[in-house]
Amino acid sequence: MLTLENVSVNYGAIEALCDISMRVDQGEVVTLIGANGAGKTTTLKTITGLLEPRRGRVMFEGEEIGGKPTHKLVARGISMSPEGRGVFANLTVRENLQMGAYLNKNKREIADDMERAFHMFPRLKERQAQKAGTLSGGEQQMLAMGRALMSRPRLLLLDEPSLGLAPLVVHTIFEAIDEIRSKGTTILLVEQNAHAALGHSDRAYVLETGRIVMEGPSKQLADDPRIKEAYLGE
Amino acid sequence: MSTFLQQLINGISLGAIYSLIALGYTMVYGVLKLINFAHGDVYMVGAFMGYYLANGLGVRAAQAIGMSANGLVARGLLGSGDLQPSLVTALIVMLLAMAICAALGVIIERLAYRPVRKYSRLTALITAIGVSLLLENGGQVVFGADPKFFPELFKKRNIDLVGGASINSADVVVLIIALALMIGLQLVVYRSKTGRAMRAVSFNLQSAKLMGINTDRIIAFTFALGSALAAAAGVLVAIRIPRIDPLMGILVGLKAFVAAVLGGIGNIPGAMLGGLLIGITETMVVGYLSPTYKDAVAFAILILILLFRPSGLLGTVAQEKV
Amino acid sequence: MSRYLRTLIIVLIVLGVLYGVDIVFHGRLISPYFARIAMLSGIAITLAVSLNLINGFTGQFSIGHAGFMAVGAYSSAYFSVNYGVRLAESLGGGSLGWMVSLFLATIVGAVCAGFAGLVVGVPSLRLKGDYLAIVTLGFGQIIVVFLNNIEAVGGARGYSGIPIVKSFFWIFLIAILTIVVVYNIVHSAFGRALISIREDELAAEAMGVNTTRYKVMAFVISSAMAGAGGVLLAHFDGYLNPKSFEFIKSFEILIMIILGGLGSIVGSVLGAIVLTILPEALRGFAEYRMVIYSLLLIILMITRPQGLLGGNNALKIWRARRRARSAAAKAQIVDAPAESSSDRNPTENPPGKEHA
Repeated sequence: MLTLENVSVNYGAIEALCDISMRVDQGEVVTLIGANGAGKTTTLKTITGLLEPRRGRVMFEGEEIGGKPTHKLVARGISMSPEGRGVFANLTVRENLQMGAYLNKNKREIADDMERAFHMFPRLKERQAQKAGTLSGGEQQMLAMGRALMSRPRLLLLDEPSLGLAPLVVHTIFEAIDEIRSKGTTILLVEQNAHAALGHSDRAYVLETGRIVMEGPSKQLADDPRIKEAYLGE
Repeated sequence: MSTFLQQLINGISLGAIYSLIALGYTMVYGVLKLINFAHGDVYMVGAFMGYYLANGLGVRAAQAIGMSANGLVARGLLGSGDLQPSLVTALIVMLLAMAICAALGVIIERLAYRPVRKYSRLTALITAIGVSLLLENGGQVVFGADPKFFPELFKKRNIDLVGGASINSADVVVLIIALALMIGLQLVVYRSKTGRAMRAVSFNLQSAKLMGINTDRIIAFTFALGSALAAAAGVLVAIRIPRIDPLMGILVGLKAFVAAVLGGIGNIPGAMLGGLLIGITETMVVGYLSPTYKDAVAFAILILILLFRPSGLLGTVAQEKV
Repeated sequence: MSRYLRTLIIVLIVLGVLYGVDIVFHGRLISPYFARIAMLSGIAITLAVSLNLINGFTGQFSIGHAGFMAVGAYSSAYFSVNYGVRLAESLGGGSLGWMVSLFLATIVGAVCAGFAGLVVGVPSLRLKGDYLAIVTLGFGQIIVVFLNNIEAVGGARGYSGIPIVKSFFWIFLIAILTIVVVYNIVHSAFGRALISIREDELAAEAMGVNTTRYKVMAFVISSAMAGAGGVLLAHFDGYLNPKSFEFIKSFEILIMIILGGLGSIVGSVLGAIVLTILPEALRGFAEYRMVIYSLLLIILMITRPQGLLGGNNALKIWRARRRARSAAAKAQIVDAPAESSSDRNPTENPPGKEHA
C-alpha cells in the first residue's frame, strides 16, 4: 500500500532521514520505534507531504506521492494524527471533528462518522460543545484520533498517541487502535512506548539517527535482546 | 453635553471605518502572521474605484471640481442612462469596488506574498512595505497625485437629535453599512465551512493541511475578504468626507492597524472594538484638546496598551515556545 | 606599542584622505550633483550601520529609527541656530570655528537622541518581534507629531535658517566612526552577548546575560548614532521638516540594511549607497521612478530574501563564491557538464525546502 524507497530528507543542511526504505501493506499495523530525534516524525511528515524528500520515492497505492501537497494526499486516503495532538484549541470539539471531514461533502456520512467517533470515545460526546483547548491531554488525543478518522482514511498515521498520557488513558488509546484496525484501516504507528507499540502491531521498524537499523515482525523484535535493552528497559 | 454627544457620534462613525480596515489586518495576521502594510493602500484603491465607478455610472458630482475629465469620458463611453443619486447607487458602487479590491488582494497575495512565505517573516514584512510603496506610487501615476472630489452618491442632510446634537445622514449610512458588513463577516467566519477553515489555518497551519484544507486557497480567500472590507471602508470614508488622494491610506491604515493590535491582533471582535476606541478617542481629542495632536492619539494608546497588556484588550496571552 | 602606532597611522591616513577629498569637493573639481549624492550616501551609511546594530546584530526589530534621527536633527539645529552661529563667529567664522560648532552640535544631537532612545527603549524592549516593531513605529510617529507642534523649531512649517555646513570631511568622519564603533562592539564581549540575544534570548538569559540591559544599551547607542546622522542632515540642507522623519524614512533605512543583508556591516554600507543612488539613477523614468523602485524591492525580496550580501559575513560569502567559481572552472576543463553545479552555489539558498 505504502512504500518508501531510499528516501532522504533534509532540514536545511542537516540530514534528518538517510536512505530510508520501508513498506506498509494493506490491513497491517506497522510501528516505527526509536528515540527522540531519530526521525520518526520526519518520516510521517514526509509521507503526508508536509516535508519534501530530497532523494528517493514515496509510493502510495502504486503512485508516486513524494512532495505532493498535503490536501491532495488527504483526499487520496492518507490521514494523520499529529504529534502533540495539534487539535484546534480555538474550535469546539464538534467543530474539530467537522474539520476532519473537511473534504467530505456528504452531510449524512459526516453525521454517521461523527457518531462513530463518539461511540469510540464517549468522552468526546459529552464535551462536544466545549472548546478543544479546555480538554485534558488524553481527551485531546482522543479528539485528534477521532478527527483523523473523519476523513475516512485508508491509511492512518499516528504520531506518538500515548505521549504524556496516564497509563489508564494509554490503555484506552491502544484499545481504540485495535478497534480501528479491526475495521480494516491500515495504520502506521510511531511510538516511543515500544512495549505497547510492539504488542499492538504486526511489524516494526527501528529508527536510529535517521536510519533504519532493524526491522521485522513485532513479536520477534520484542524478544530481541538488543531491543529489550535499548527500548524496553529490561 | 451636546458637544460630547456630537463628538461621540462622529467618533463612532470614524471608528466604524477604522474597524472595517482593522479587520483585514487582523485576519491576514491570523493566517500568515504578517503585518500587511499594503492593506491601508488597498483601502485607498477602494475609494478610487468607488470614484471611477460612480463617475462611470454617471452619478452627478457633488462639486463642480468633481466632474473630472475621467468621469465625462467614462460617461461618454458607457452612454447609458445616468443613475440618480440614491442609496441603491451607493450600494452598487460600494459592492463593485469591494469586488475589484477583493481581486486586487488575491493578486497581491499570489504574486508578492506567496513566493516569500517560505522565507523569514522579516522578508515578508519588507515585501509588504514594497507592495505598499508600489500602490502609493502607482496610485499617484494612475490616479494622479492631486486630490479628487468624490461625487455625492445620495442626498445628504442633517438630522437633529435630542440634546442639540445632530447626525448627518451620511454617518447613519456609514454606521448601518459597517454594522451589516461586520455581522456578515461574523457569519462567514463563525458559521461557514470556509470560516471554520480560516480559523483552523490561523490556529495551526500544519494541522489545517492535515485536514485536507487547501491552505493556499484559504489564505487567498482571507485576503479577498479583508480587501473587500477595506474597499467598503474606502467608499464609506469618501461618502463622509468626499476628498480622496493616493496617499490617504498611509495614516488611516496605520491607525487601523493600531486598532487591530489594540483589540488583540488575530482577534476579530477585538479589531471591531479597537477601531471604535481609536475613532472615539481621536474625535474626543480633537473636540476637547487640540486637533494637532489627533495623529498621536492612536499611537499613545497603543504604547500604553502594549506596555501594560501586550496581547491587546481581547487577545489571549501568547506563550513563548521554548 | 607598534599596534598603537599602526592604528595612529591608519587614523592619520584616513583623516588625510577625507580632508583631501573635501578639498576636491570644495574646489568644485567634480560636479556639485555628484558631491551631493556622495554626501547623502555618507549620511545614509551612518543611519544604516547604526540601525543594523539593533536590528541585525541584536535581532530586535525596530522601525522607529527616523524618530531618533529627528531628535538628533532638531536638537542640534536648535543648538546651532541659537548658540552655534555665535560660537563659530567668535572663533573667527572660519572653517575651524564651524568645525568646533558642528562638533558640539553633533554631541548635542547624539546625546539627545541617545536619551530619547533610553526613554523609548526601557519600556519597549520588553516586547518582542512584531510588537516591538509597532511600538517603535508608534514612538517614531509621536515624535513627528510633537515636532509638528513645537513652534520654537518651526512646527509644521518646518525649521529653516539652520547654518549649512556641507562638509564631506565631517560626514564621512561620522560615517567611519559609526562603522568602527559598531565593528568593535560586534567583536567584543558585549557584541557576543548581543548576538547571543539574537540567536536565542532565553538561552542567553539562562547563561547569565542581562538581556534587558544589553538590549537597552545597544538601542541607546544605535539611537545616538542615528541622532548623529540627523545632525548631518540638518546642517546639510539647512532646513528640516517633520514630514521627512515619518515612518517612511524608517522604512527606507530598514530597506537599506535588508538589501545589504542583516548583520553585515559591509552590506549596510553598500545598501546605503545603492539605495541613495538608485532613486537618482531612476530619475530618467520621471514619475515612474518610485514605481520601479518599489517593484525592484519586491522582486529582490522574492529572488534574494537574504539581501544582496546576506549571511553573517559578506566577505566570507564572496570568498566562498570565488572558490566555488574557480573550482567550477577547473571542473569545466575536465568535465564540461559540471558547469551547472557551479551556478547552484551553496550560499545562494538554504538547501532543502521546508513546508512551514
